[in-house]
Amino acid sequence: MAKRKLIELAHARSGDKGDMSNIGLIARKPEYYPILVREVTAERVKQHFAGVCLGKVERFELPNLGALNFLLHQALDGGGTVGLKADPQGKTYSSALLRMEIDVD
Amino acid sequence: MIRIANGQGFWGDSLEAPVHLVRRGPLDYLTLDYLAEVTMSILQKQRARDPKTGYARDFVDLIARVLPDLKERRVCVIANAGGVNPKACCEAVLETARRQGIDVRVAMVRGDDIMDRLDDFLKRGVELNNMETGEPLSAIRDQVRSANAYLGAFPVAEALGRGAEIVVTGRVADPCLALAPMIHEFRWERGDWDKLSAGIIAGHTIECGAQSTGGNCQVDWETIPDMADIGYPIVEAEPDGSFVITKHAGTGGRVNLDTVKEQLLYELGDPREYITPDCLANFTSIQLAQVGPDRVRFSGIKGRAATSFYKVSISYSAGYKAIGSLVYAWPDAYKKARAAEKILRQRLDRLGLRFDHIRVEFLGANACHGIAAAEPTSAAEPLLNEVVLRFGVRGENRAAIERFTREIPPLALNGPPVVSGLGSGRPQVEEIIAYWPALLAKREVQPEVTVWPSES
Repeated sequence: MAKRKLIELAHARSGDKGDMSNIGLIARKPEYYPILVREVTAERVKQHFAGVCLGKVERFELPNLGALNFLLHQALDGGGTVGLKADPQGKTYSSALLRMEIDVD
Repeated sequence: MIRIANGQGFWGDSLEAPVHLVRRGPLDYLTLDYLAEVTMSILQKQRARDPKTGYARDFVDLIARVLPDLKERRVCVIANAGGVNPKACCEAVLETARRQGIDVRVAMVRGDDIMDRLDDFLKRGVELNNMETGEPLSAIRDQVRSANAYLGAFPVAEALGRGAEIVVTGRVADPCLALAPMIHEFRWERGDWDKLSAGIIAGHTIECGAQSTGGNCQVDWETIPDMADIGYPIVEAEPDGSFVITKHAGTGGRVNLDTVKEQLLYELGDPREYITPDCLANFTSIQLAQVGPDRVRFSGIKGRAATSFYKVSISYSAGYKAIGSLVYAWPDAYKKARAAEKILRQRLDRLGLRFDHIRVEFLGANACHGIAAAEPTSAAEPLLNEVVLRFGVRGENRAAIERFTREIPPLALNGPPVVSGLGSGRPQVEEIIAYWPALLAKREVQPEVTVWPSES
């Protein structure tokens, strides 16, 4: 097992819905998708965003796109216009996720 | 095959993009999205001051620029520029056309604005509880600033069927602007759930403008050609529900699997049921193929029947906020910014000021990624060239927020050294407009289509 940073295996885009952030995580090659499914669990994402995401994390699989979609509940300081964050819509959470280190065979 | 483009991802997007879409290649329909949630409350405020306003004025300016091109090239326009006053917007468009001596058929789609009906709903027991928290609307009834249902594509398609060349709407769900011409041209009906879902996914792919043609794309971003002249997205739609996403030849940007997938995942919830007024689209059914340079084909899309509810967005006043920023420079920029934070908190405490929420971030150190970025290491910290202290407060009491703003500028002289105030003076107090998402039975809303000049 070797440690790799997620940014080498995937790209991402994030956005908002109220106080919830969504992060779409997309495999750079089809063979990376099963690794993402195995390693980037909802629990690991919750842990990665400790202190940022105060609610639950949900994960959805899109095998047709080689992608995972994460919903981070209570992750935007109240959300939209209410929050006081420099990034009120969590647009930079995409690359925050890509900092994660995962095990690769 | 018909070509449908989107030239405006939000109000404030490129003023040139829609003009280029019309002039630089073949096109049948141009869609334009002007309405963010915050926009409705601003427009409502404008209309309260002047009943002739309350719509996206930029749209009328755009029509004034491109109307002769639209007529010559037979391009129809569909825009949610009507805001909270679609009638005034239509009148302004018709007046623009009259001044240019051009005949044009303009349609209005409304019925989305339920602001004046809220009390009637509540009296009749039609609940508009917050979808996320379950709270009853009565909790914020007095603070409501705007209330709109997200209409679907069928009334827009009806307007096109009645010969409209420009369709102005109030609130319509964003991807429905692009679905409407497919319904009209291909005679799709309620019940054609797979086709309607395909049209919705096409709309979702183009609704954020250049975000599907290379803008904001993380893969090979440095090699994306001629970003200065980025082409906005175009759907080439087929009657069977398959379509190609592309852009005009000769424009910058890129359309490939990476750029398209990033946009597909944008603001997505459960991918198996993307909820719209017209259907539930299934994003796990999409099959993608690169079929040429800057051309991605979509096929295989499935969907299910729509629900019997419209989503409603209610905006309401929810207190005040202010955000102050100070820049601290090397050496020890981060240490100084943290010291300034501590001093500011002490001063606010001594003044007896209380806030519902205080949020402090250090731009340059870890503001965007929070704990994932980790604290700058003790070796790296002294090397930071500058750090911005960003100190935000929120609360119901405007006077307290106002008083907070007076505590930022003094820190330029009476706190830690080598600091700049960003040249913007003291922070502004802003009223917070918050959102209340709710559901409303479709039978309570009657979409209305009006066409000028009148058809009789």
